Amino acid sequence: MARDWHDVFIVDGDAPAATADASTEEERRGFFRRLRENLSKTREALSSEVQATLMAGPVNAEGWERLEEALIYADVGARTTADVVERLEREAESDGLQAEALSGRLVELLAQEARPREGDEARIDLRHRPTVILTVGVNGTGKTTTIGKLAWHLRRTLDKSVLIGAGDTFRAAAVEQLEEWARRAECDFVRGAPDADPGAVAFDAVRAGIDRGADVVIVDTAGRLHTQDDLMAELAKVARVLGKVLPGAPHETLLTVDATTGQNGLRQAKLFSEAVPVTGIVLTKLDGTAKGGIALAIARELGIPVKLIGIGERLEDLRPFDADDFARALVAV
Amino acid sequence: MFDALSEKLQETLAGVRERGTLTEADVDAAMREIRLALLEADVNFKVVKQFTSTVKERCRGEEVIGHLNPGQQVVKIVNEELATLMGGSGRDIAFSPRPPTVVLLAGLQGSGKTTAAAKLARHLRVEHDSSVALAACDVYRPAAVEQLVTMGGRAKADVYEQGTDADPVEIARWARERAQREGKDVLIVDTSGRLHVDEELMRELADVRAAIKPHAILLVVDAMTGQDAVNVAEQFAETVAFDGVVMTKLDGDARGGAALSVKAVTGKPILYASTGEKLDQFERFHPDRMAQRILGMGDVLTFIEKAESISDERQAAELERKLRKAEFTLEDFLSQLKQVRRMGPLSSVLGMIPGFAAAKELRGMKVDEREIDRVEAIILSMTPEERRRPELIKGSRRLRIARGSGTSVQAVNQLVKQFGQMRKLMRQLGQGKMPDLGALMRQAGR
Repeated sequence: MARDWHDVFIVDGDAPAATADASTEEERRGFFRRLRENLSKTREALSSEVQATLMAGPVNAEGWERLEEALIYADVGARTTADVVERLEREAESDGLQAEALSGRLVELLAQEARPREGDEARIDLRHRPTVILTVGVNGTGKTTTIGKLAWHLRRTLDKSVLIGAGDTFRAAAVEQLEEWARRAECDFVRGAPDADPGAVAFDAVRAGIDRGADVVIVDTAGRLHTQDDLMAELAKVARVLGKVLPGAPHETLLTVDATTGQNGLRQAKLFSEAVPVTGIVLTKLDGTAKGGIALAIARELGIPVKLIGIGERLEDLRPFDADDFARALVAV
Repeated sequence: MFDALSEKLQETLAGVRERGTLTEADVDAAMREIRLALLEADVNFKVVKQFTSTVKERCRGEEVIGHLNPGQQVVKIVNEELATLMGGSGRDIAFSPRPPTVVLLAGLQGSGKTTAAAKLARHLRVEHDSSVALAACDVYRPAAVEQLVTMGGRAKADVYEQGTDADPVEIARWARERAQREGKDVLIVDTSGRLHVDEELMRELADVRAAIKPHAILLVVDAMTGQDAVNVAEQFAETVAFDGVVMTKLDGDARGGAALSVKAVTGKPILYASTGEKLDQFERFHPDRMAQRILGMGDVLTFIEKAESISDERQAAELERKLRKAEFTLEDFLSQLKQVRRMGPLSSVLGMIPGFAAAKELRGMKVDEREIDRVEAIILSMTPEERRRPELIKGSRRLRIARGSGTSVQAVNQLVKQFGQMRKLMRQLGQGKMPDLGALMRQAGR
């Protein structure tokens, strides 16, 4: 069962109205249709192989290797793959798992790796006034687009007032790009002068959010490679500034990771979380053929859960992450 | 990583030395390590499979000869095969005899097309003295046109744009005509990022291509791309038959296996490498260096090349003489410091040294450029006499230098003391023989 927006956010007050439920139900069906369509594109590539391997009675060495390849191909990484397959192989032998049961168990194992250790860790708490969300990530992973979509959902689905702070003062036209998204999502917008200090913009945004009584303040930052120490130090400063204006902020720090990214994604997550307290991953661009298996390695090795996924260019194409769906999609069983 | 792989292989093949030849089991064990290393570098698993079987063929029955140990020998084979697979040295795009030479850039969202377009424009302007125009055909991403206008301005290239309401095919056609009319040497067409499975947008790209018949089509690929690089490259190759690749974000720590995957499945060369946030951090691609990077060998060649380009042989000989005789002064030290810094930020210089990035104890090490700035400031605040004879620096001189450099008396003291120790060490070395640093460096690279 895919989670919906009310599952991912912790808000004050009662359960959402029934009308909202009806619309999300419809949305969800639409989402599944799109996900299915996207999956079907990759299905022929491997799922048949995996299926044939797991369903055809006892699996031999070659079969296990094929399964390994399927996971490697999904960017799960050699180490995680070896661990998962080894475990499955052991269980298959000791418990005599075969066919359906075996493929079911595979998905279960993968979902387990992707799931955070505690239930609430995968949620976003919106009960702070205002809740400050900081978005960080490598260049081109989709930070700005994610902010636009997230703001839109917060406005529309959860009826929150949102203010966006344009902290990417480095990239040419980044502010204009974000402003356009803010307009589409009907959000307040705070910008700094070109080449202004991102910490100053972050400060102004939270200040304005407090003054104007915004429910959520989302702060954008310039994309940066995790290996650039000075830029990572700058990011740490932005987070510190937020905490000074509003103790406890940022309440949520989201790292966008491009699903197309390979094993370097793990390094990204590691170094970003050394600079700022990363609380969740937004796995973007899952609408292509890349499966984003690196998120599994990130959840497993660093304990950072995926909270949201990006599956397209439209405003509604940001969805809560669901570990089971994700696991199924990885092997496309 | 090279060190890690090389060490692992040496471990795996430890018993071989006595026997003299590699057995089937040795080779299998070595292949497992190589497979893992390449997969960790994001080389596509099918490409890895093909590659290891080629290497295996060459290793089988190979005699262990000379001074190489079996591990090193396998690494040597791997390196050679990898270099072969990566292809010959990087070249520039071919210019059309009838200008403008039209270059079309395509790629996924976020791969870095717009930045690459501006960098390529600058590269062609500076290296080939070309007049370059950029066409803004990304009408979908908000503010993409503004971004290209700004970046193009910095690259001193004209940007042809019609806002976001026009059709990309029409903009491209119009820009080509305008470039011809205005006598531009090169027109670089920036397109919007698109998914290789987005049929509509891929068709649009094919239409742009048909409308302007570019002389070169370049696919822009993020160096951090994982296994999917193969799908992306194959789809783009099918739709627009690109001629070459621009690898971006190579300044990160991704091993860049995608480069190998793309080359292996499409046969198209990687022409350019984008290596930083600045416009001039863009260069012709060096496949041999990429092979080493994928294996984690560090960018030895770039390092040596940079070192060579800034040092002058006569200066070096003079320096060595001074070092031997312990006549080395703070003035010499300052000029050395400046030379090293001319190679680029120290952190990137260190990153090129093989094994440096991989060495555990060095991983957390940060080069504090400000510390070096302080040292420079201190030396610059000394009189020439003081630089030659640091022992003069006492009392009021110390205070003056500290004030002049904006540091403290303690910092000045420390520098003078350290320099004294260094000189003492050199005197001792000078009585023996100076080690040949170049030879040491080359050895480290093996």
